[in-house]
Amino acid sequence: MSYVDIIKNGIVKENPTFVLMLGMCPTLATTTSAMNGMSMGLATMAVLICTNFVISCMKSVTPDKVRIPVFIVVIAAFVTMLQLVIKAFLPDIDAALGLFIPLIVVNCIILGRAEGFASKNSPVASLFDAIGIGLGFTLGLTLLGICRELLGSGSIFGLTLLPETYNILLFVLPPGAFIMLGFLIAIVNKLRS
Amino acid sequence: MKKLESSLTNMVLVLTLVAVIMGGVLAFVNHLTEGPINEQKEKALADGIKAVMVCDELTVSKTDEVKQNDEKGKEVTYIVYQVKDAQGNDLGAAVQSTTMGFGGDLKVLVGFDPEGKILGYTLLEHAETPGLGAKADQWFQKGQKGDIIGKSPAEPLTVSKDGGQVDAITASTITSRAFLKAINNAYTAYKATPVDAESGATKQDKEKEDNV
Repeated sequence: MSYVDIIKNGIVKENPTFVLMLGMCPTLATTTSAMNGMSMGLATMAVLICTNFVISCMKSVTPDKVRIPVFIVVIAAFVTMLQLVIKAFLPDIDAALGLFIPLIVVNCIILGRAEGFASKNSPVASLFDAIGIGLGFTLGLTLLGICRELLGSGSIFGLTLLPETYNILLFVLPPGAFIMLGFLIAIVNKLRS
Repeated sequence: MKKLESSLTNMVLVLTLVAVIMGGVLAFVNHLTEGPINEQKEKALADGIKAVMVCDELTVSKTDEVKQNDEKGKEVTYIVYQVKDAQGNDLGAAVQSTTMGFGGDLKVLVGFDPEGKILGYTLLEHAETPGLGAKADQWFQKGQKGDIIGKSPAEPLTVSKDGGQVDAITASTITSRAFLKAINNAYTAYKATPVDAESGATKQDKEKEDNV
């Protein structure tokens, strides 16, 4: 599989949000606006790129029976670093997503790719896999964020398009996330088949 | 490449090594970001104080912590920042006040002039429902529906539903009540600080802090 194929695989064939259905907690919780969804997707991608590469580099020195604890230590370390960097240099994102950044540690996309791809493939291939899956996740979250923000607050990326009268508050609230995600998955799967 | 065998020594060794290396890297990153994080916090607070005092050139002359008991007997801490302008005139104080909102703690920073009139406010931290209670950051500002700027909480502010003069946020009476309570409490705390210990203000436990 060429590197381009690996990236395409992550965005289309194995899209984490619409096909693999991984990482649903941040998907539902952080997509109240397009900006929040995109920030969360990019933050996850940053962690995924680091962990996939490092775990792939260490695969020959990781005994099978302790591989999961080793993965978790690596993932937790990178997530904490990301959290510190966001707190220090991107205070706006910290205010919007602060609570959800530490939860990237338990995001199943990251552990799933470590176990399913990085521990079996070369570091460079793992890097491309992380970029592909990360982009797929970011795309999914941004799309969901755009739909919810448009219907719920009448704007996209903070740009007001609809007057307040037409806002459907439900779509900003948790139930709206489930409803919107269901419709998006149905549409995406219809388009794919 | 052959995998390392899962013997006890290997497992313990690898896990310990990974933990130590990652711990080391983390300590390094923590060291690098410690300064900027504190700067951000101070900047956020300084910007907040400037915003609520409606003044760009000011200095915080004194910081007081006022502890008061709420109606349930729980001790709540208020932080009072006494503010002076560039010429050293007393501008009043910015008070940080916390109450229980609809979704969690509602932390408000509110500015009072020396007479106790509200100059401005900002929400430092909240967990209110987006689209409903979260509107509090705009709703009570000048010219908005629930305008409280210029009012004095000497007579505690209440929502119109409770017989007061302030319009509550549509469908968010709980948030509105919590917000006004935070403002009223901030006022009491402000009046209880030493500099402005005016007649009638109940003195509370005070803790002086070093000047900032």
